[in-house]
Amino acid sequence: MKHLRPINQKAKAIGESVEAQISAAQEDVVGLQQVRPHVPMGCTLSFSPGWEVDASGGTAGLCQPVERDIYDCYVTCFWPVQVPDHVNYSPDWASNCAAATKDWRSLDIIFP
Amino acid sequence: MTALLTHRYRSGEVHRFAAADQDFIYLVSAGAIFALDGAVADVLALLDGAEMDHADLVTALIGAGHSPADAEDLVRELRLARVIVSNQTVAAPSPAKPPEDYPLQALVLNITNQCNLACTYCYEFGADKIATPAGKTKYMAIDTAKASVDLLLAQSGGRPAVHITFFGGETLMNFPLLREVVAYSTAQAEAQGRTITFSLTTNATLLTDEIIEFLADQQIGVTVSIDGPKEMQDKRRVYKSGKGSYDVIEPKLRKLIARHRTRAITARVTLTDGVTDVIRIFRHLREDIGFHEVGFAPVTTSGERDYSITDDGMDSVLGQFNLLADEWLAYALKGRMHGFSNVSETIGELVQGTNKSHPCGAGLGLLGVSPSGDLSPCHRFTDADTHTMGHVSTGIDREKQGEFLTKGHVGAKYECQSCWARPLCAGGCHHEAFVRYGDTGHANLHYCDWIRDWTERCLTIQGTLAVKNPEFLEKFAERKGLS
Repeated sequence: MKHLRPINQKAKAIGESVEAQISAAQEDVVGLQQVRPHVPMGCTLSFSPGWEVDASGGTAGLCQPVERDIYDCYVTCFWPVQVPDHVNYSPDWASNCAAATKDWRSLDIIFP
Repeated sequence: MTALLTHRYRSGEVHRFAAADQDFIYLVSAGAIFALDGAVADVLALLDGAEMDHADLVTALIGAGHSPADAEDLVRELRLARVIVSNQTVAAPSPAKPPEDYPLQALVLNITNQCNLACTYCYEFGADKIATPAGKTKYMAIDTAKASVDLLLAQSGGRPAVHITFFGGETLMNFPLLREVVAYSTAQAEAQGRTITFSLTTNATLLTDEIIEFLADQQIGVTVSIDGPKEMQDKRRVYKSGKGSYDVIEPKLRKLIARHRTRAITARVTLTDGVTDVIRIFRHLREDIGFHEVGFAPVTTSGERDYSITDDGMDSVLGQFNLLADEWLAYALKGRMHGFSNVSETIGELVQGTNKSHPCGAGLGLLGVSPSGDLSPCHRFTDADTHTMGHVSTGIDREKQGEFLTKGHVGAKYECQSCWARPLCAGGCHHEAFVRYGDTGHANLHYCDWIRDWTERCLTIQGTLAVKNPEFLEKFAERKGLS
C-alpha cells in the first residue's frame, strides 16, 4: 500500500489482503504481447479465417489442420473464446463491442 | 468489468486521531490502525458527510494535484482496505448466532464462597450482590474440583495450553484444595501432552511463608485485591469487626514480592467514593510495596450506594489516569515498562487490533465454577441461581450459554452501533450491566464517555510509539494472545 501504513497487527493483515487483491487484479488479464504470453495450446493468434497461425507463427501447433476451420473451428473448440469461424455461426457475437481494443470485455460467451 | 466505473463511495467508519505530528485512522469495522498521508486525508475530506461517484472523486483528486493514475490507485487502495466504502461492496454476512462449540480456554474456580474480610462494596456479599449461596456448599470438594479440571481439558478442543484461576470468597481459605488441584491438573495435562497454568486472586491476609514458597515454586500468578495505602485500604477493606486489613497484609506482600519472581505480581485496586487518589495509590503500590503492575477499576454498583463514585469523581480519576498515561509513555519511549496496567492492557488490545463480538471471554472461552460445581459465565455470577449455565458433572448448558452470548453480542446492543470505541468495549461488563440495568445484554451507558476518552488516550500513545519507538509495541504482540 502506498498511502496507508499499518500500525497494528490487524492493519497489517488488511494490508496483505489489499496487496494480494491488487496483484490478483493485475494478473486478471495477460496480454498476448506481454513478456510471458498466455496462449492456449493449439489456438491461433489470428482472427482472420484462412490466416491462422500458432503462437510461434507457423501452423503446426494449431489444434486442427488449418483447412478444417472452413467448416469447424468454433463448434469443436475446447477453449471458451471467440475463434475465427465464430462470425459464420453467430453473426451478432460482437454487436456489443464496437471497438475490440476498448470494449472487449463486452464480448459474451456464445453457446452453439 | 465496466461496472468498476459505477462505484459510489462514502467514508468507512473511521475515527481520526493525531500523534507525534502524524495523522492516523482507527478503522472501526476492523480494529485496524493506519498512519495516513495527505492524499488519504484529501479523500476523507471529500467524503466527509458526502457521497461521491468514482469518476467525480477521481476528477476531484486530479484537481487537487494528483495524477490520474495515482488518483485511481489511491481510490482502489482505500476501497480495498474499506477505509472508503463502495455501494457495490457486499458486506460479509454476520454470524446468526454465537458458536456453540467454542473451545474453553480458562476456568475460574471459586474454591470457597467464604471470606475472612467484609469489604463493604463486595459484589459477592455487599448491597448489590446477586449471589444466592444459602444452603449451598461453602468449600469446594476435591471431586468437584477434579470434575472441573476434566471438563476444562475435555472442552478445550485442541488448545495446547489452558488456564485455571483460583478465586473466592477468599481463595486461600481453601488452600489445601488449591494445592491438590494444581497437582491433579498438572498430571492430567501432562498425560495429554498439554500444559496448564495457574493464577489466583487473594486479599493477602492469609499468606504464609509456606504458601508463598508453593506459589513461587509452581509459577502461580498472583493478583492481590488492595485499595492503596493504609487509610484507603482500611476504609472499606475491613474484617467483620470493622478493623482494617492493611497492617496484616503489608509485611506479607513485601515477602511475597521478594520471594516470588517467577510470575508478575499484580495489584487490582477498586476505586470507591473517597478512594480515588489514583496517583498516590499507584506510587504506594508500585514504588513502595513493589507490585510489578497496578490496575484500577471503579466499583460495580447499582448507582445508588454510598461507596459509588460520583461523576466528578470519575472525571478526577480520568485526569489522574491521563497523568499516569503520560508517565507510561515517557517510560515506553525509553524502552521501559511503567507498570500502570490500564494502559498496558489497552495497548495490548490495540496492538493486536482486537475487534470484539463480546466484551470479554465470559461464557465463551471462560466459565466460572461455584464451590458446589455450578457453572456460570464468570466468577462474578458464581452461586447466582439466575445465571447458572450447567454443572461440572453434566456439562455446559448450551441453551443458556447461547441465550447469554446472543444477548451479550455487541451487535445486539443498539447504542454501540454508532460508537467508534466498540471494537474494544463491546458494551462493557455483563455483570456490571446486570447490576445496573438488570440485563446482562445492556450496554453500560454510564461509562461510554469515559471509555471513549480513555481509548482515545491510548490510541495517541500507540500512535506516538509507532512513530518514535515502534519496537516497544512489539513487546505487547503476545500480551493477550490466545494459547
